[in-house]
Amino acid sequence: METAEAAAAAPGQIADMARIAAAAAAADPFLPRVYRVRQARRELGDTVTLELQPESGAAPAFAPGQFNMLYRHGVGETAISISGASEDGAGFLHTVRKVGAVSAALAGLEPGAAVGVRGPFGSGWPLAAAEGADVVVVAGGLGLAPLRPAIRHLLARRERYGRVAILFGARHPRELLFRQELERWRARLDVDVMVTVDHADASWHGSVGVVTPLIRRAAFDPHETHALVCGPEVMMRFAAGALCDAGVPQSRIHLSMERNMKCAIGLCGHCQFGPAFVCKDGPVMRYDRIAGLLAVREI
Amino acid sequence: MERLDDLLAGHPFFAGMSPELRALIAGCARNHRFDAGQYLFRESGSADEFFVLRHGRVALELAQPGRAPVVFETLGEGEIVGASWLVPPYRWNYDARAATLVRAVGIDAACLRGKCEADHHLGYEMMKRFVPILVQRLHATQLQILDIYGNR
Amino acid sequence: MTQPAGPGKAAVIARAGLQQLLDALGAAGYEVLGPAVRDGAIVYDRIAKVDELPAGWTDRQDAGRYRLERRGDQALFGFVVGPQSWKRFLHPPVETLWSTRQEGERMEVTAPQPDATRYAFVGVRACEIRAIAIQDQVFCGGPFPDVGYAARRHNAFIVAVNCGEAGGTCFCVSMGSGPQATAGFDLALTELLDDAGHRFLVEAGSAAGTAMLQGIDRRAATDADLAAARAAVARAAGQMGRTMDTDGIRELLQRNAEHPRWDQVAERCLSCGNCTMVCPTCFCTTVEDHSDLAGTSAERVRKWDSCFTLEHSYLHGGSVRQSTRSRYRQWITHKLSSWFDQFGSSGCVGCGRCITWCPVGIDITEEAAALRTAAAAPNRGQDGTP
Repeated sequence: METAEAAAAAPGQIADMARIAAAAAAADPFLPRVYRVRQARRELGDTVTLELQPESGAAPAFAPGQFNMLYRHGVGETAISISGASEDGAGFLHTVRKVGAVSAALAGLEPGAAVGVRGPFGSGWPLAAAEGADVVVVAGGLGLAPLRPAIRHLLARRERYGRVAILFGARHPRELLFRQELERWRARLDVDVMVTVDHADASWHGSVGVVTPLIRRAAFDPHETHALVCGPEVMMRFAAGALCDAGVPQSRIHLSMERNMKCAIGLCGHCQFGPAFVCKDGPVMRYDRIAGLLAVREI
Repeated sequence: MERLDDLLAGHPFFAGMSPELRALIAGCARNHRFDAGQYLFRESGSADEFFVLRHGRVALELAQPGRAPVVFETLGEGEIVGASWLVPPYRWNYDARAATLVRAVGIDAACLRGKCEADHHLGYEMMKRFVPILVQRLHATQLQILDIYGNR
Repeated sequence: MTQPAGPGKAAVIARAGLQQLLDALGAAGYEVLGPAVRDGAIVYDRIAKVDELPAGWTDRQDAGRYRLERRGDQALFGFVVGPQSWKRFLHPPVETLWSTRQEGERMEVTAPQPDATRYAFVGVRACEIRAIAIQDQVFCGGPFPDVGYAARRHNAFIVAVNCGEAGGTCFCVSMGSGPQATAGFDLALTELLDDAGHRFLVEAGSAAGTAMLQGIDRRAATDADLAAARAAVARAAGQMGRTMDTDGIRELLQRNAEHPRWDQVAERCLSCGNCTMVCPTCFCTTVEDHSDLAGTSAERVRKWDSCFTLEHSYLHGGSVRQSTRSRYRQWITHKLSSWFDQFGSSGCVGCGRCITWCPVGIDITEEAAALRTAAAAPNRGQDGTP
């Protein structure tokens, strides 16, 4: 949505031939690089985390919250958020749920499989801006995946932040993503981890209910808090509302939006969300800039 | 009696309530302790009490024949268990099981209903505190019905 | 190729001079494209001879209507715009992005051959020059350019033609994009047909344009030629078939997402996507994966797409914009409002194609006006809804 520089170019008046010449000489952003699956780890019944490493050279740096376009030969390409860096930093982790032909093909890959990768693309979580403040992370379902690199970042630099709360909701205890890592986070004394599920049987000793009421129970100073929210859009809408009710300024609430991202570079038009292209103005977007759009159906 | 009044005074549900009204409610109160696994109440039982949770976690569950009971909500410290005492015919619609050791203050429903009838100021004060809880829970239930996490 | 060099001195060429220009462009290695009559419409196609231009033809256009008619003269550019725009050459309807070969788990990605085609567009209207500049911003204005577009665009030679008449659905004056091309061309022609004969005022807009004129028989323009050209453009400006009030239009659309007019237009809209196909600025594309039977070779092929399709807004589980109402709203709001946020200008150039080629005659100017009228009306429902 930041198009001040675009406005300055006065399109439609005079062709900027220097810019066009530079564009013609630029690297083709549609071309993927070949990566290989180094490891495939089953997270849930339909969800797998792939560790991807470039066939040659180093993987580019990424900001927590960004995504890559993953391509499987002959099947297609899809946008998948980066759910972490591999342990040696040489590649990406992507947590993929089987929801369509491409994601199903990716989720079925075994070590050694070739994958085309373009990216990373998009905006990241405001981790630098949040330094010195409290951070509330609200995740729903697979929405924990794009938040995991942010949580790892926060915990690795714990001294730079105030209180940190991680609020996570899932459908059922069986469907808690990154369960072991959640346990490790929960074992730390310097982070408040609250997990809730929609449905459970008596063997679940944790909380049952939606994630939004956890916001009332978490300890943070609303005026000095940055909130990072990712999950289904309806959950994010209500989580953002609950954060506002708690006194967090709208401009410090960040949501990771999801739309149909086909090109990832703002050229195909599919991921428009009002004036924004989710692929390049998002996926992480400030709530104050999109609150009005979130209230409009079929936007 | 004074000790119960102090317990209520420290609970968020009674925040900002005048000591006089709170004392009226404390007059209907008694202390409870439930061990993990014990039931606070059972479905179809008489809703003659509601619970002010001081400590522990309570699971609200519905039993289904041939299947394990489903927990649809858990409540913890600082929250209230039970609303059926407000609505005739005053019967519980689910089971409330102590998921951990639970300490609670029970408020006798018949006693409190009588005081609310006699003192509408107290009655209105109770309604103002109960209705938001009911609305929040209704709203949370609406989100649960959507089963939203399947989508992401 | 189009350099914003200052306009050179105007010259005048005859019909034979125009043929020399076509020849010179061809000799310089350009693929020369211009208007031609095909299947009852004026389209852009390869041309080598002036004779192939639509001499003596004009087009009658109105909402949902397009018809070619004979003119009383032999004007070569006596029509406005047809269903096609130059978009189909710079941003082709089907384009291979890359191909892969995979055997076992060895995958190779092959980039397409760089597109070395050098197009010369002859007969580019002012609104189309604006449309090209808008697509320049879309495809070359951001950090990730469309390199194929940029290469084709960079190599293109643009011969503009100023409009001497306006069509029934034209509103370039409202959009500030015409009827005279003021920049963004290599050469600009104004066709003059009067007592002084059939001739073309020609102005160079770039060094390449000036160079191209060198071998062409021409004479210096007289004051009478210049006055005739001004009069021609003024005539077109005064004949606009449509108008659009653009004052505050960006905000008008932003604040009327729930306007009842969307339901009314949805009753007529067929969601066919014609408006997006004929629009010279609409740029949406989708991608298809093609592979051979053995599955060894695969291609990723980009195709024009339309925000009127259900698939356009597809998220796993369903489409965001299910209703026709929401899809029409998306299209017109993008075109007239959010385009400013994204690219710094309106996405509409006032060419009128979407009005003409809509099978049910939905008129973007009428829809925008209806939003404005009803939005301005103080009479709102008792519950506060419009």
